[in-house]
Amino acid sequence: MLLKIAEILFIFGVLILGAAALTWVERRLLGLWQDRYGPNRAGPLGILQPVADMVKILTKEDWIPPFADRVLYVIAPAIIIIATFMVFAVIPLSPSLGVIELNIGLLFFLAMASLSVYSVVLAGWASNSKYALLGGVRAASQMISYEVFMALSLAGVIMMAGSFNLRTIVEAQQGLWFVVPQFFGFVAFFVAGLAESHRLPLDLPESEHELTAGFHTEYSGMKFGMFFLGEYVGVIVTSAMIVTLFMGGWHGPWLPPLVWFGLKMAFFVALFVLLRAAIPRPRYDQLMAFGWKLLLPLTLANAVITGGVLLAGS
Amino acid sequence: MTVVFYSTAVIAILATLLVVTGRHAVHALLYLVVSLFAVAVLFYLMGAPFAAALEIIIYAGAIMVLFVFVIMMLNLGRADMEQEERWLAPTTWLGPAVLSAVLLGQWLWVLRQGGGGDITGEIVGARELGIALFSQYLLAVEMAGLLLLAALVGAFHLGRKRREDDE
Repeated sequence: MLLKIAEILFIFGVLILGAAALTWVERRLLGLWQDRYGPNRAGPLGILQPVADMVKILTKEDWIPPFADRVLYVIAPAIIIIATFMVFAVIPLSPSLGVIELNIGLLFFLAMASLSVYSVVLAGWASNSKYALLGGVRAASQMISYEVFMALSLAGVIMMAGSFNLRTIVEAQQGLWFVVPQFFGFVAFFVAGLAESHRLPLDLPESEHELTAGFHTEYSGMKFGMFFLGEYVGVIVTSAMIVTLFMGGWHGPWLPPLVWFGLKMAFFVALFVLLRAAIPRPRYDQLMAFGWKLLLPLTLANAVITGGVLLAGS
Repeated sequence: MTVVFYSTAVIAILATLLVVTGRHAVHALLYLVVSLFAVAVLFYLMGAPFAAALEIIIYAGAIMVLFVFVIMMLNLGRADMEQEERWLAPTTWLGPAVLSAVLLGQWLWVLRQGGGGDITGEIVGARELGIALFSQYLLAVEMAGLLLLAALVGAFHLGRKRREDDE
């Protein structure tokens, strides 16, 4: 029991520290790829930048606009934190490490992903301002649409592993990682994960140039900090899910399982940052057309073909 | 287990009551989401984890978000809340209350007939559910599929027509 609590606290702490460190890593990596330094003043190589940010964000005035819907305005940032952290409970980090083993682990992930929409939508609505509302409306339709492809792209993985249990799915990749037979599922899941965590290039709900900051325009202080943290935890969680579902989880030669998991996850986190640096934001109708006209047929065909091949082989 | 079951049931009933009596559309919808959560927990307790997960993914996660989306677009103000208040006058409660009372009586009668069973049933996994849906209940699944297809075609038709009017 005590050991379990220590394990949960360890995973929770690593996740929070990881998300905080990621705010610095991202800016340094962006700086590297854009031929500039990035934050390098606070501490050696600027590694204390998250601490400085934290001090600033916690001491800032926490203002609730008088025209906002008070209760929902306060609840909205909490929802994204809860929903993203909860996903990590079902991810198996190594053969022995992992908070809980659910038989419906994959469905639990999808449920939490779909609940995190509420955070953005309610923040946009409760702020009661035009930019926030537009951001909330965009977020709702973007995330609802990409949830469809996210779930469909996993159909092939579920069929091949024969289970919703994430540990069983990782163990089923002992010989061959699912990224090889499920390559199209992997691509669709990656794009859907990018859209779900609404990161650049798919950050239309908060696109600064048109909507100031979209759904969190009115937020300040630690409430904004929670959206900020939620976004980075979202990136880590999406990377962890890609590793678990397609990249063989903890499997790998020589190094211990946990290290392999961490390395693969770090690779995908860096890839997310690189995408931000490399690809411009699409127009909103392009985003929708890409989803419904390309990803939907692709994932459906992937599911049908995977099912057919498995049926022929059985 | 029994304590969890009944406390969740109470939450579900209270949240649903607040949905019906609520004057604020968005708040009422959020109570409905809470009620759906509670029902999902009940499903889980009764040995249907798959149905519980689907309840959250589809009802709470997708359909209710669309509802909130539509209400957001309508941008209901104080006038609408006053109108809602008028609709909730005591006389409007009369008809539904009588009908519900009759149903409640019938339900209590059924409960007395059946007697109290164990809450936790057999655990029904995704595999068993899938097999049941595509053998025993195939006709119902096909009919629901046809209905959804008709709705899809209808929505497509309506959306298309409006675009031609614009041009």
